[in-house]
Amino acid sequence: MTLVLDIFSIIAICAGTFFFFAGTVGLLRFPDSLSRLHALTKADNVGLGLIVLGLLPLTESLLASLKLVATWALIQLASATTAQLIARALRRSGQVP
Amino acid sequence: MSILQALDIGLAVLVLAVAAWTIFAREAFAAVVAFVAYGLLLSLVWVRLFAVDVALTEAAIGSGVTGVLLIGAAGRLRQAKKSAASEQPSKPLRVWAFVLCVLVTLALAVVVLSLPDPAPTLAPEAAQNLAGTGLGNPITGVLLAFRSFDTMLEKVVLVLAVVGVWSLASDRYWGGAPGTSRSAEPEGTRALLAQLLPPLGILIGVHIVWVGADEPGGAFQGGAILAAMWMITMMARLTEMPPISSVWLRLALISGPAVFVAIGVAGIAMAGGFFAYPAGFAKPLILFIEGFMTLSIAVTLPILVGGPPQRLPRR
Repeated sequence: MTLVLDIFSIIAICAGTFFFFAGTVGLLRFPDSLSRLHALTKADNVGLGLIVLGLLPLTESLLASLKLVATWALIQLASATTAQLIARALRRSGQVP
Repeated sequence: MSILQALDIGLAVLVLAVAAWTIFAREAFAAVVAFVAYGLLLSLVWVRLFAVDVALTEAAIGSGVTGVLLIGAAGRLRQAKKSAASEQPSKPLRVWAFVLCVLVTLALAVVVLSLPDPAPTLAPEAAQNLAGTGLGNPITGVLLAFRSFDTMLEKVVLVLAVVGVWSLASDRYWGGAPGTSRSAEPEGTRALLAQLLPPLGILIGVHIVWVGADEPGGAFQGGAILAAMWMITMMARLTEMPPISSVWLRLALISGPAVFVAIGVAGIAMAGGFFAYPAGFAKPLILFIEGFMTLSIAVTLPILVGGPPQRLPRR
């Protein structure tokens, strides 16, 4: 059972790292600000979600798992808000149609 | 070389690179963004040094609140830039500034490198006497029992900072409120965050103050989180800054240092020394002081960010 959980953890964390990697490549390579923002927020949310998912079987208590999930939820909220604010600032400054 | 060592070296290189970026960034706003990233990386360094209390403070104060203060400053500088464009310092002046900076850095490096090894420490004594305070977190023990006078003075400095900011007010705004009026329409995205986050943030802030007695945390870190929650609601224009003439605001500002000094003076009569706690009552007294200090910090930081009053006082 532990072996199965360990394999699950490794796969989930690796997949999460891949999403972060893809998000970073998008941030560096995409042509305009809005697509860069899109790459960053989407990849980070899924990537962090997968990493948290992979860490869940490794926690020692239910409280620690809940804290991890709460961290993910709070970062979702923060990054969604920040993305909206940056996009709005871009639109106001006339850089995006 | 183990993986952790390699990660530590990578982290150190990253901190130095972001620090260089902060200095060389052309625009004030870019420099502030780099500074915030620098603070967050530095708090990771503190975690790796097993100094979680310092890491929490660095993330909350060094990166968070200072970041907001600097973004505000950068915004105001941008408005003033047109008039200040001709006031570029001359080349010799810039060379002199560079030389002075290098000298200060070198002097600091010499001082740090010439420290005795192992460094002189009072940590064993502090750990030995911690039981007398009834606390489980040695950091809180040092801050509020062994070196409580220093901590009290730090809080006084915060009040002095508020006095400094308020003294920039022009005469006609004296007694008015800083920041924008609430009558402006609340802003959708920020309003959503300002409604969702504070219930959780207030809980986490109070939790961090409460566990500070036994685990990493304390009045400064928790107070900074509470301050952030108030700032978010003000940035979303759901609440507004109170006028600086408000009595409750001034009482809240000085409550932390005032309670601290009062208990310190009472120590002369009760325990035979300035800032001494009577035996057996150390922990409850420390928690009492921390409660008021948290209130003070949670009110002081947003007031500092708000800046001098910009609205006419209500008559």
